[in-house]
Amino acid sequence: MSSMTHSGAQPQVATAPNTDRGGEPVLEVTNLRKYFPVKSSGVVRRTIGQVQAVDGISFQVPKGGSLGLVGESGCGKSTTGRLITRLWDPTSGSMKFEGREIGNLSNRQMLPLRKEIQMIFQDPYSSLNPRHTVGSIVGTPLRVHQVVPDRQRLDRVKELLEVVGLNPEHYNRYPNEFSGGQRQRIGIARALALQPKLLVADEPVSALDVSIQAQVVNLLQDLQREFDIAFLFIAHDLAVVRHFCPDVAVMYLGKIVEITDRETLYLRPHHPYTQALLSAVPDVKQAAIGGRRERIRLEGDVPSPVNPPSGCRFRTRCWMAQDICAKQEPPLLQIGPRHKVACHFAGEHGAMPTSPITLDALGVDQNGDHVSGETKSAEDLNAPGFADTWTDLESHKKSSERLVGDHIADRPQ
Amino acid sequence: MTESDFLTSAPPASAQQGADAAPYLVVEDLTVRFPTADGVVQAVTGLNYTLKQGKTLGIVGESGSGKSVSSMAIMGLHDPKRTDMSGSIRVGGREVIGLSNNQMQTLRGGEVAMIFQDPLTSLHPFYSIGDQIAEAYRAHNKVSKAQAKAKAVDMLDRVGIPQARNRVDDYPHQFSGGMRQRAMIAMSLSNDPKLLIADEPTTALDVTVQAQILDLLQELQRDFDSAIIIITHDLGVVAEMADEVLVMYAGRGVEHGPTRELLTHPEMPYTWGLLSSVPDVTASTESRLLPIPGNPPSLLNPPTGCPYHPRCAHRDKVPGDLCRTELPELIPGRRGPAHLKRCHLANPDMIYETEVLPEIAPDLVELVTEESLEDTSDPRHPGSPENADQIDTPQRRAPDPDGEVK
Repeated sequence: MSSMTHSGAQPQVATAPNTDRGGEPVLEVTNLRKYFPVKSSGVVRRTIGQVQAVDGISFQVPKGGSLGLVGESGCGKSTTGRLITRLWDPTSGSMKFEGREIGNLSNRQMLPLRKEIQMIFQDPYSSLNPRHTVGSIVGTPLRVHQVVPDRQRLDRVKELLEVVGLNPEHYNRYPNEFSGGQRQRIGIARALALQPKLLVADEPVSALDVSIQAQVVNLLQDLQREFDIAFLFIAHDLAVVRHFCPDVAVMYLGKIVEITDRETLYLRPHHPYTQALLSAVPDVKQAAIGGRRERIRLEGDVPSPVNPPSGCRFRTRCWMAQDICAKQEPPLLQIGPRHKVACHFAGEHGAMPTSPITLDALGVDQNGDHVSGETKSAEDLNAPGFADTWTDLESHKKSSERLVGDHIADRPQ
Repeated sequence: MTESDFLTSAPPASAQQGADAAPYLVVEDLTVRFPTADGVVQAVTGLNYTLKQGKTLGIVGESGSGKSVSSMAIMGLHDPKRTDMSGSIRVGGREVIGLSNNQMQTLRGGEVAMIFQDPLTSLHPFYSIGDQIAEAYRAHNKVSKAQAKAKAVDMLDRVGIPQARNRVDDYPHQFSGGMRQRAMIAMSLSNDPKLLIADEPTTALDVTVQAQILDLLQELQRDFDSAIIIITHDLGVVAEMADEVLVMYAGRGVEHGPTRELLTHPEMPYTWGLLSSVPDVTASTESRLLPIPGNPPSLLNPPTGCPYHPRCAHRDKVPGDLCRTELPELIPGRRGPAHLKRCHLANPDMIYETEVLPEIAPDLVELVTEESLEDTSDPRHPGSPENADQIDTPQRRAPDPDGEVK
C-alpha cells in the first residue's frame, strides 16, 4: 500500500482502530428521525400517512473508529447513512460533526463539510457514470472543491488509483472496462479523493463475489489505519460487520434495539432480535464440525413502518412478548460499560428474566400501566454515547421487582 | 440361494443399486460453449456429477464459474441456436440434450423445476400469484381452472403463506420478498418435481427470512423426496443444506465430496481460498481476511494448465511447471474415493493442516488434526463401514470397477 505523498502531515503510525475507543467522537447523532410522507393518489395529493424510516436513534462514531449498523432490509440503516451525508434532510433530531450541528445547514453551508463526509455506495455498477472516464469520476470531487490546482489533478487521480490498488495508467478507461471489485475500488478512490474524516460505507461489499469481498474489506481496513478515517459501516452481513467494526448497533424498524462492542454483541446478545439474527446466519465452521446451532425461528416478515406495532416494535415476531410489550416502548437502557439494549426482558439467551426489568425506569407495573407516585427515571435515554455510570441488569431486575410485587399485593381482588 | 444371499454375494456395484436407487440425475462430461463475436466462451467444460432422490447437492463458485449455466442446461434453457452443448444429461434415465422444445416442455416444470434468484423479476407483474401457479399446474395436468386454483391455494398454504385463500389473487408487488420466494417455491413444487434446482434461492433475502426458506426447502424435501441442487456462493448455506458439495471454478468442477468431509478437509487451494476469505461470526477479529488475489479468469481465454494457477499461492510447491502446463484430473485424493479434487499438489491435507488452517481458524486446528489422526489410523480402508455410512458417493464412471463402489 503506497501512501499519499502530499499528506505527509497526517500521522503514518498504524494505530489499530479498535483500540481507539474512548476518543472524541467525530460524529454524534441524537434522537434522529426521518419520516417520509405517504401521499394519496389523485389530483390533490394529501399526506395520508408517514413511513417512519428512522425513528429516534442516537449513536456516536469515535474519531478514526468504526461503528457497524446492521439490520434487515427496511430497518432504516441506509436512510441513516443518507441523512448523515445530508443526501436527505432529517425530520428532527441532531447530528453533530466534530461538535458542529449539521442537521439544519443549507446546501451552501454544507458544501465545505461534504469534503469531510463521503460515502461509498453499495452497487458499483449504478454508482459510476458509464459515460465518464475513471479519471473524470475520481477527479470531479477534486475539481468541485478545488483541492488541487487543475494542472496537478491528473497526478492526484493517478495517486488515488494507486492507493486503492488499481493501475494508475487506467485513468482514461471507462467503468465498463472494469470488474465489479475494481469498480468498487474506483468508488472508494472517489470517496477518498477529498481525504474525508468520516466515510459512510453503505453495503460496500455485498454486491461483490466472496473472493473479492475480502480484498475490499482489507483495503478499507488499510485505508482506515493509514488515513485515520472514521467509518459508519452499514451492512446486513453480520460476519463482515463483526470483522470490521469494534462497535455495532442493531436496528429494527427504525430503532436501535441493541448497541454494544462486538465481543458482547456476538457472544452475549441481550435483545431477542439480535439473538434471532445471529442464530439465523449459516455458519460454515459449525456445520463442518458437526453440531448445528439451535436456530431461533422468527415467524413472518418485518411489519410495515407506516403503521409500526405499538410499544416494542419487535413484539409481533418475538417469542417472549407479553402485555407490557404492547403498551410500553422499552427504553434503550445502558446495562454495561459499553452495552445498551432496548427490551423489557433483556438477558442472555436461555437466561432471560421472567419479569420485566424496565419497570423502575419507566415507573409502570408489569402490565405496562402507570403506578401512581412513580416517575420515569431522569436518566437521559437518548444520549448518543455510553455513560460512565450505569445500572447493571441485576439492579434493574431488583428495582423492577419491587414494582411487580407491590402492585400485585395492592391489587384489590 | 435366497435373495439375501444373492444380494450379498453379488458384485458390490449391483448390490449398491439393489439397496439404493440409481441416481436420478446423471451429468456426464457436460460441455457448454457460447460462440460470441469475441470468441467462444467456454462456460462449462467436462462436468460430471450424479444426484439421487432425496439428496441435496450444493454447487459453489464465483460468478462466471459455470454453476448457473450448467444447471440451466438441465432445464434446457439455453437457446440451441446460440449454444454448443455436448456430453450427456440424463434425468430419470432420459437423455435431455438434443430433446426438441416440445419434449422438453413436458419435463420442464413437471419433473424438473427451478427456483430463481430474484423472485421479483421472475414472477410476472401482470398476473396474480394464483394465476401463475395455476398456469404451471395446468401446463402438466388436465384439470379445470377451478381445480388449478384450488391447487394454487393448497400450495401457497403448504409453503406457509398466511390466509392463502385471500392472498391467492394478490399480485407479486403485494407480497414481501420472502413471500415472493415462497410463492416461487409453491409454483415450482406444484407438479411434484423429482428434481428441484434452486439458483441462489436466498441471496436476495434477509438472514431471518433466509433461515425460514432454507427450513422450508428441507421440510419439503423430506415430504416429496425430491433431489435438490442448490447453487450458491454462500458456504454457510451449503454447509447447512447439502449432502454433497461441488466446487466449480472457470467452468470446471475442481473439488467434489460429502459436505462435512469437504469442508473440514478441503484439498484444493481454491476451496481454501473460499473458506479463508469469508469472515464468520466466531472467528478472531484480529486476524486479517486472506483474500484470493486477482480476479476470476476470462472464459473466452482460460489459463493454460490448471485454471486456478494464476491466483494460486501454492503453485511453487508443485515440481516443475506442471500447474501452468498441464490440467490436473478430477481424481480422488488421499482421503478416500468419495472426495475428488483437481490439483497437482501431492500432500494437500498436510499443507491445509500446517499452513492454511492455523491462519484461518486456529481454534479448529486441534479438532481437525485429531480427527485426521483417527482417520489415518486406517488409511487403507476408506470404505470401512463407519465411513461408508457417512460418505454417500454417487456412482461415478471410473476405469476400474472398484472405483464405482463407495
